[in-house]
Amino acid sequence: MTSKTLDGWEIVIGLEVHAELATATKLFSSAQNVFGGEPNTNIDPVSLGLPGSLPVLNQKAVELAIRVGLALNCRVQRSVFARKNYFYPDMPKAYQISQFDLPINEGGWLELPDGQRIGIERAHLEEDTGKSSHVGGGGRIHEADYSLVDYNRAGVPLIEIVGAPDLRSAEEARSYVSELRSILVAIGASDGKMEEGSMRVDCNVSVRPEGSEEFGTRCEVKNINSLRSLGRAIEYEAQRQVDIITSGQEVEQQTRHWDEADGRTHTLRSKEEAFDYRYFPEPDLVPLDPSPEWITEIQESLPELPRQRRINLAEAAGITPQEATLVVERNLDEFAIAVIEKGADPTRVLVHLENNLADGIGELTTESFAELISLETSGDLSATQAKTVLADLADKGGDPKEIAAHHGFEAMDTSELETLIEGILADYPEDWTAFVEGDLEERKKKSGFFVGQVMKMTKGQADGKVVNDILLHRAES
Amino acid sequence: MTVQETVLAIQKGEMKAQEVLESHLKTIQDREEEINAFNLVMTEEAIKEAEKIDSLVAEGKNPGPLTGIPVAVKDNICTQGIPTTCSSNILAGWLPPYDATIVERLRDAGAVIVGKTNLDEFAMGASTENSAFGPTRNPLDTTRVPGGSSGGSAAAVAAGFTPLAIGSDTGGSIRQPAALCGVVGVKPTYGRVSRYGLVAFASSLDQIGPFAETVADAALLLEVISGHDPLDTTSIPEPPLDLSSALTQGVEGLRIGVIDELSGGAIEGISDDVLACLEKAVEALTSAGAIVERTSVPSTVYGLSAYYVIAPAEASSNLARYDGVRFGPRVDAKTTSEMMVATRTAGFGDEVKRRIMLGTYALSAGYYDAYYGKSQKVRTLIMNDFAAAYEKFDLLLSPTAPTTAFPLGDKTEDPLQMYLQDICTISSNLAGHPAMSVPFGQGTDGLPVGIQVLAPATDEHTMFRAGAILEASNQGQS
Amino acid sequence: MNERISREDVAHVARLACLSLTDVELDAFTNQLADILEHAADLDALDLETVEPTAHPLPLINVFRDDKLGEAVDREKFLASAPEVENNQFKVPPALGEHS
Repeated sequence: MTSKTLDGWEIVIGLEVHAELATATKLFSSAQNVFGGEPNTNIDPVSLGLPGSLPVLNQKAVELAIRVGLALNCRVQRSVFARKNYFYPDMPKAYQISQFDLPINEGGWLELPDGQRIGIERAHLEEDTGKSSHVGGGGRIHEADYSLVDYNRAGVPLIEIVGAPDLRSAEEARSYVSELRSILVAIGASDGKMEEGSMRVDCNVSVRPEGSEEFGTRCEVKNINSLRSLGRAIEYEAQRQVDIITSGQEVEQQTRHWDEADGRTHTLRSKEEAFDYRYFPEPDLVPLDPSPEWITEIQESLPELPRQRRINLAEAAGITPQEATLVVERNLDEFAIAVIEKGADPTRVLVHLENNLADGIGELTTESFAELISLETSGDLSATQAKTVLADLADKGGDPKEIAAHHGFEAMDTSELETLIEGILADYPEDWTAFVEGDLEERKKKSGFFVGQVMKMTKGQADGKVVNDILLHRAES
Repeated sequence: MTVQETVLAIQKGEMKAQEVLESHLKTIQDREEEINAFNLVMTEEAIKEAEKIDSLVAEGKNPGPLTGIPVAVKDNICTQGIPTTCSSNILAGWLPPYDATIVERLRDAGAVIVGKTNLDEFAMGASTENSAFGPTRNPLDTTRVPGGSSGGSAAAVAAGFTPLAIGSDTGGSIRQPAALCGVVGVKPTYGRVSRYGLVAFASSLDQIGPFAETVADAALLLEVISGHDPLDTTSIPEPPLDLSSALTQGVEGLRIGVIDELSGGAIEGISDDVLACLEKAVEALTSAGAIVERTSVPSTVYGLSAYYVIAPAEASSNLARYDGVRFGPRVDAKTTSEMMVATRTAGFGDEVKRRIMLGTYALSAGYYDAYYGKSQKVRTLIMNDFAAAYEKFDLLLSPTAPTTAFPLGDKTEDPLQMYLQDICTISSNLAGHPAMSVPFGQGTDGLPVGIQVLAPATDEHTMFRAGAILEASNQGQS
Repeated sequence: MNERISREDVAHVARLACLSLTDVELDAFTNQLADILEHAADLDALDLETVEPTAHPLPLINVFRDDKLGEAVDREKFLASAPEVENNQFKVPPALGEHS
């Protein structure tokens, strides 16, 4: 993409997220809902839209949809399924059963970790399509020799979550999707795997001069398969629209296709070519009208949502909720709070959880973690040593002290360290002078150098912080 | 012999299912070429079924309430591994990988399925002339149509090919051919019989029902095929019907309203001889102790207009799946969308195309409210009017069809004239109520006339009481 | 209630319905559809402002099935009726464009 500036322009983004619901079977039949599988093995007359077949609604899918609605603060209401008619080979009946004017969930919001609330217009139930693959022509759709259709995915339950156009940057959009995913996973509604297509994002983008109240003409961007491409697609599309407007032309309302390889969006169809879906109430199904009792029961079964969990962790650790985002996202917040409650230093707890446990906590227990941190804060273990011990704890479990001893990690006597440092300073007198006389920047540089030397000689056993203190103390005196 | 008597005879070992089948196959052999009631006669399968029934009886088992009874099934009902064509080229060669629920129920009841009967393509028509297999002829006068769309099933019973047959009724497709062929035809309450495996025409109107020579036989068949089916969302959650007591209960004290609009009132085109038969039916019911009065169901007048928006609209969607991708024949082309157009254009007949077009138009952007939305509201009016009428009456009465059987080719050029055949029957489909046609008297041409008994939702029982009386007095007359 | 349906309308509807009509058919359908729609215009006489639409004759709501896996099907039986199959998938001429 070009690197022209978007200064003076505001991007307006509304996202439509499709998430596959985590049921055992399809939305309208007892064929299996599972990712992948041999082509056309998870099918039945309903999935294939065979003549005479009829849909029967999966109660679990409805329950999960209500969970999503409640988690997104929506009104759960009486709803009606409708047929959305269009011809495409991966749509077996040539209509999709969806919800149109009466969706199951309406009018909610989602709070981003920074506290901003993004409107949710609706979250409705619908069925997924099959999958077409295009053969020949180097994989390009337009040049394919033929297409093959697998209906394993056809009829898998989807919830389509339509967000309000409240997002203003690619970063906010990513934050929204990632928050939404956390919620869907937390409530057990979906596995939220973008890479497997179980969560898909369509993105409505428009631009307007900063300060303007009116919306610009929007384009819908499809085929976004990761958080990264979401950001790229928005930035590319916004720039494209700004370029059009600043060159004196008008943005045309279009559906566009994101091409990950070339990093651009391409026209899929214009507004004039928009489909006439001829929606009408699905006569093979009856209205869905969940009782207040059922809704309450589902509400009560909801786990604590990421938003509340960030607040909980923030309170326990003395940080802002936004700073708790990563740990909550990794589902380590309850663990963190338990460790903090055992008296461990919150900062060290969070640092380790965020930076040093990328593969999960493994065999680590709250006890061993708390003890490790206490060894670290008391200076018995350096940060580097603590990291090594932590890796072992996560891998095999055990007692932090024993592991430290096994590695030969022993806190160095300060006088021993003083002697060692004295020797080093004598070996590098110019560097020492530069440290003593240098400004903050210079001191930082030189202290890095000296700590490095000490670490080399002690094989990493010294505590960098203690070394720094000794250096400062000597320079001042 | 009634079906019940035959069943008992076979169960007692006095007759064999194979003998019953053979005699029917013989009748089919004699006249089928002339009548063309069947798209497929399943001789071999039927013989095997009958043998199986006989051996079950020989083992002392009871194969069920339809032990050894030959049944014909309309060819828009799925039969596993056996062609199911809807009389359309677009389903040529399709072998359903599953059985319709009612096919399973028939087999479980010991019935022997003899063949798949002809129909107007996708059940769209009132004469069984719109068929890829050629027209079916009325066994009572082969220059005339049997009515439709279940003309093949009606003709099969009228010709004695099978004592029982299954049809489907979306706007009158069981009752009108029953009337024209002089047999009993029943459209049950919407949801009474599972639609699973019935190839959809208009999903909110379609209902499977029985044809029989007698009211009692129709009741027996309806009992077998009725009852809740978890595979059909719109299936009424009730056990199968028990109609046995209705047949002998009489109509003493029942209040019966004759729908004014359909008996010489607002709606024109009901022939005089049909109206004369209706008068005689009123007399018969009155003398059996019913209180019969004329009454108005004002919005029935609008039923036809609403129907010819709603049914094509649903059909346009239901028939979109015939796209040459997953089943049926294909006309090849360079791209999938061209292939779909070519396949559909070659596969559907004119009447089907006409209704798909009509329905697509009625649902398209800008017209939905004017046509589909409005028709749905008329549907409400009709239901309200029926509800009001049933405050005062237990049953309603009208002719089934405006005329007796008409000559082949008579109405094929004018779709609207053909649609008017459904004028008396359509409102029951819009309301989802049960209605049955019972032969009663004849026209001046000597062809049978059918009288329609209408009942409120789920009250088939009372409907059969009146049906039984009409049948008894009709037999008394002739 | 509406303007008489035009030949262009009918052509547009044919495209929506995935049908191709010859000129003769187009003319015939235009006339026939116009007649039928004209008949339907008798509904204009009704005051429907306050009437609720009925989509369905049954008063049922909330009809569900349990989330229970059915019997595995024999894929061959389903593929057997397909016009063309390759690698156990339904084969079609190139499907241009995209949809979702």
